[in-house]
Amino acid sequence: MIINHPILGPRDAQEFVYLGDAALIARPDGLAPGAQEAFHDYLYLRDNPAGLHRELWYHEQGDRSWLVVTRNTLTHEITQVELARDVARSLGRSK
Amino acid sequence: MADLMLAPLTPLGHALPEQRNIGPVTLTEVIDSALGSLTARAGRLAELAERAAAAGLPLPAPGQSAEAAPYGAFWLAPESWMVEAPFASHEDIRAHLVAIFGDAASITEQTDAWVRFDVTGADLPRLFERLSNVDLARAPDHAATRTVIDHIGCYLVKRGPTRISLFGPRSSAPSLWHALETAARAAF
Repeated sequence: MIINHPILGPRDAQEFVYLGDAALIARPDGLAPGAQEAFHDYLYLRDNPAGLHRELWYHEQGDRSWLVVTRNTLTHEITQVELARDVARSLGRSK
Repeated sequence: MADLMLAPLTPLGHALPEQRNIGPVTLTEVIDSALGSLTARAGRLAELAERAAAAGLPLPAPGQSAEAAPYGAFWLAPESWMVEAPFASHEDIRAHLVAIFGDAASITEQTDAWVRFDVTGADLPRLFERLSNVDLARAPDHAATRTVIDHIGCYLVKRGPTRISLFGPRSSAPSLWHALETAARAAF
């Protein structure tokens, strides 16, 4: 499988490490009301789609960037690759 | 202070750096370069670029390396570079870089974290196609990338068509040397 890195171009999947659902970026505020329930959902509840899935990959043997890869879980086709930094910033998660 | 007389060892553990000729290629353990990593602090990339330009220190684009004596650099990650300089004049490379960049960058001394092996000779792609997934034949001169060789994460810098510098973890220096020797004997 080839992941088309937004900065470095196509790179072999063996250079990457898989983390999981990109929804992990949206970590709840631990001090907000209802934090316990929010963290339960954040930790334990996952969608398991048969189709397009946004997931976090880490380019460990490369530039060490975190990526959000949109992958079809049925065909393994990768349709979009973004820097997780950009995704997080667009969600207001980072400075 | 005790007057200690300690003999320095090279990464391969000897008094002098190793060199080995195998077929058309020469493997050389290089101990005369100092390394420091340079990473822009949040939101200060423009200032870092200005200071680098004023000091004549190159900041190559992703996947590339550049040289401008006394400094050389290769790209590591977004807003992050590895800076090379001659060990004799820049043994304390961090102090040199802090003088240039102040607090616009985070600078870490890397000299003793890495071992540098230079591989020279014709037909290097034939050797490296056995070692890593980098397409060396199509990579332009001055390409620089991280790759895996025998399970060891390395930086590979293509200085020119017949010269490559490999930076591997110093603690794995003998293993990386063994991988190079073995592949060179198999290839030539």
